[in-house]
Amino acid sequence: MSAPASASVTGNAGIDLDVGWKLHPQVALRPEPFGALLYHFGTRKLSFLKNRTIVAVVESLPSHADARSALRAQGIGDDAAAQYARALGTLAESHMIVPA
Amino acid sequence: MTSMLERPSAPVGRLVDQFELGLDAPICLTWELTYACNLSCVHCLSSSGRRDPRELSTEQCKSIIDELQRMQVFYVNIGGGEPTVRSDFWELVDYATAHQVGVKFSTNGVKIDKKVAARLAASDYVDVQISLDGATAEVNDAVRGPGSFAMAVRALENLSEAGFKDAKISVVVTRHNVSQLDDFKALADKYGATLRITRLRPSGRGADVWDELHPTQAQQRELYNWLVANGEGVLTGDSFFHLSAYGDALPGLNLCGAGRVVCLIDPIGDVYACPFAIHDQFLAGNIVADGGFQQVWQTSELFQELRSPQTGGACSKCNHYDSCRGGCMAAKFFTGLPMDGPDPECVIGNGELALAAAGEIPKSSVDHSRTGQRRTPRAPVPLTLMVRPPAKICDENPLAGMDQT
Repeated sequence: MSAPASASVTGNAGIDLDVGWKLHPQVALRPEPFGALLYHFGTRKLSFLKNRTIVAVVESLPSHADARSALRAQGIGDDAAAQYARALGTLAESHMIVPA
Repeated sequence: MTSMLERPSAPVGRLVDQFELGLDAPICLTWELTYACNLSCVHCLSSSGRRDPRELSTEQCKSIIDELQRMQVFYVNIGGGEPTVRSDFWELVDYATAHQVGVKFSTNGVKIDKKVAARLAASDYVDVQISLDGATAEVNDAVRGPGSFAMAVRALENLSEAGFKDAKISVVVTRHNVSQLDDFKALADKYGATLRITRLRPSGRGADVWDELHPTQAQQRELYNWLVANGEGVLTGDSFFHLSAYGDALPGLNLCGAGRVVCLIDPIGDVYACPFAIHDQFLAGNIVADGGFQQVWQTSELFQELRSPQTGGACSKCNHYDSCRGGCMAAKFFTGLPMDGPDPECVIGNGELALAAAGEIPKSSVDHSRTGQRRTPRAPVPLTLMVRPPAKICDENPLAGMDQT
């Protein structure tokens, strides 16, 4: 994904970090040198994760009770959490991730 | 058909740079299942018509699908020739979807009767793309042959009636149909389909008709304006990025994906950098001879070369270079232009200048056109397919290889 979009551009305030999230069951995640590709077999949409950190976050979502813990496990503290929340929000908007 | 990336959700400048360096697996893989075709469209990118006797067997195709699954290729764009004329077509489609490889297949509609349409409507991971090059029979059949418009429309009707959602109508934009873009959109709306328009390249038989069929400069401008005004909901296979120099870059990945994001597997297992580049120069290897698709995709010399930083030559000094990236490699190659120069349809006009000094036009040795049918679209041929391929390529005896009882 691109540098996190500001809420005023996309109206995306980000996902709720205090609930659990997971990849939509119809989504495949394929790691690549730059990050990863996501493909939703239902919507046929393709998405990109632009760095390895966000890939690690997304892959680890199911093993954390909530998204905030998944971020913390990757060393992302509360100050940086908002930008990741928005990045994850873009994924949620295209149904790539869903509440667990 | 197909070529490049459809609708990425967030195209970004820097991601483009990453893509130019290559990916572990293609995003948009085109797989031409057969060179056999019931039609003989004048601009066929694969010069199809006659089946190649070396065509891959069902088992070989399934091995490819197994590999694609291992590589996590999300979907494959199946085409040809006319892929549905293979007697194992449905077996292969089912095999692919059962192994996590989505199928999008391109067809002229010949086999899409009500029964097939119902089957498709019931399946979740198969997308259908009907080829059409005119919004009227007159314009379409001049390129695709008498009766082909009716055949395509019948397929669309059958799909729509069967409840198939979101078929694609795929149009190659030519001098004669660029004025019909609104009509194409209306046709798509009528059948609940999505319109896809793609660029004509001088590839395959396209080389023979390029001069007469490719849009004029004025029409290109018209096309760009139409895309800007109506492009929401219209797919383009990202094939019009050479028009980006007219204004804002069009949505999608604006770069040549050959060997980096896309490639072609042909009916005999040859792997080319792009379906529009079926020529020795762009042959990366063969699936059977070179250890499988993943080997070829990840290690072939041609692809390593394409993934290394490319020189834009004189184009890189143009301030539109960022959005047009020097245009389409195949368009340059098959008009005799150098790779590190302008696209023949460069909107600034540099292509036309370059064409005046162009070298000889390379001809591909791969031609499965039916004899005497490179220029004239004849009526569709009813294909009665042999169950077995011929015993030898040049067997004269029609009974060769058959049990004599």
